[in-house]
Amino acid sequence: MDEAKRLVELIPRLRRYARALVGERSSADDLVQDTLERAWAKLHLYRRGTDLRAWLFTVMHNVHVNRVRATRPVDPLEEGMPELATGGTQPDALLVRDLDRAISRLPADQRAVLLLVTLEEMSYEEVARTLGIPIGTVMSRLSRAREKLRAMMTGQPASTKLKLVK
Amino acid sequence: MNEAPVSEADLQAYADGRLAPERRAAVEAWLAARPEEAERIAAYRRLAHEVRAAYETMLSEPVPPRLAQVAARRPPWRRVAAAVAWLALGVAIGAPAGWQLRPERTVTQLVPDSSLIARRAAIAHATYSPEVRHPVEVGADDEQHLINWLSKRLGVKLRAPKLDEAGMSLVGGRLLPGDNGPVAQFMYQSQNGRRLTLYVRTEASRNRETAFRYARENNVGVFYWIDREVGYALASADLSRDELLRLANLVYKKLEP
Repeated sequence: MDEAKRLVELIPRLRRYARALVGERSSADDLVQDTLERAWAKLHLYRRGTDLRAWLFTVMHNVHVNRVRATRPVDPLEEGMPELATGGTQPDALLVRDLDRAISRLPADQRAVLLLVTLEEMSYEEVARTLGIPIGTVMSRLSRAREKLRAMMTGQPASTKLKLVK
Repeated sequence: MNEAPVSEADLQAYADGRLAPERRAAVEAWLAARPEEAERIAAYRRLAHEVRAAYETMLSEPVPPRLAQVAARRPPWRRVAAAVAWLALGVAIGAPAGWQLRPERTVTQLVPDSSLIARRAAIAHATYSPEVRHPVEVGADDEQHLINWLSKRLGVKLRAPKLDEAGMSLVGGRLLPGDNGPVAQFMYQSQNGRRLTLYVRTEASRNRETAFRYARENNVGVFYWIDREVGYALASADLSRDELLRLANLVYKKLEP
């Protein structure tokens, strides 16, 4: 069936997002696996003609939230640092590692928004639907996530001015 | 100039390259007068680029076999459909007299007590759905109170899904004693008086999910499933199995967070 095929094609994107979201390769693939299992079980609920990618990311988000609730969060810094392949057109390995670490330190809500906007290049509306939050919340989380990330990557304190922007 | 003031949301959208041309020009003009802000937004753009680059290799990596295997399975709803068909065959072959609860055995392994919910739901349905004057304790005209009350008693946030598009409107609900604590029952009714009840209880083991299963207790058909901490059973004596399955799908969809 059509959806099944497209679902398979979306696996690399799910893996990329999961990897950035949970900060570690094997738990990322666990998350992808649970997501696929759940999506598979619920494929009959997917409405044809709507955005399968957005639906799938919603499933992943729900699975992720439940997993985080069910297990004590693991500090990725205690787990040894992650393993992202570098080389080719990639920026240097140190930058990748620092970025990965900085992203893992963002509050989970903000991280999800930042990654859906940046990695998945979803529209703000799509992000709002995927995460089930109002678009204003998407914008404020995006703004906070970026400022924190910038502060961590440049070693400067995050601008306090942003707190005035609701 | 009567431009709308530049908001933080505009700046974010600008960093993502998502503003319409006129608005973009306005933001650029605004930034040109504020070098600090311009630097901050430029840094966001650089970071976005770096984040994409950092995880890019994940897209070209081969998919691990365990993930490919999940995707190669048949969707479970087909298994459910097959099981329902098999059950229908069983009815045709015989044993129509007083036949007992029959959970789907072809669907994922049952935890022993999970089919109990179907039996309890069927009994509750048979008890209350024939009531003319007092089918419910709290009527749908006071829906908010009903939901708050039952949610409080069960200790989970309940919802009474709207089934009007399927011709079923909420009559109301009641609280019932269950095996492990209070249970909620919502009752629905069609225009021609056919009734449907949704039996909702909390589950001891959280984080468990099951596919839809079908059971029949005397004349009451029940589709039941577990979604994390809550077990649901949709029961009716007035609807065919197919109609009930459609409604179960609708209820399930409406309950999605």
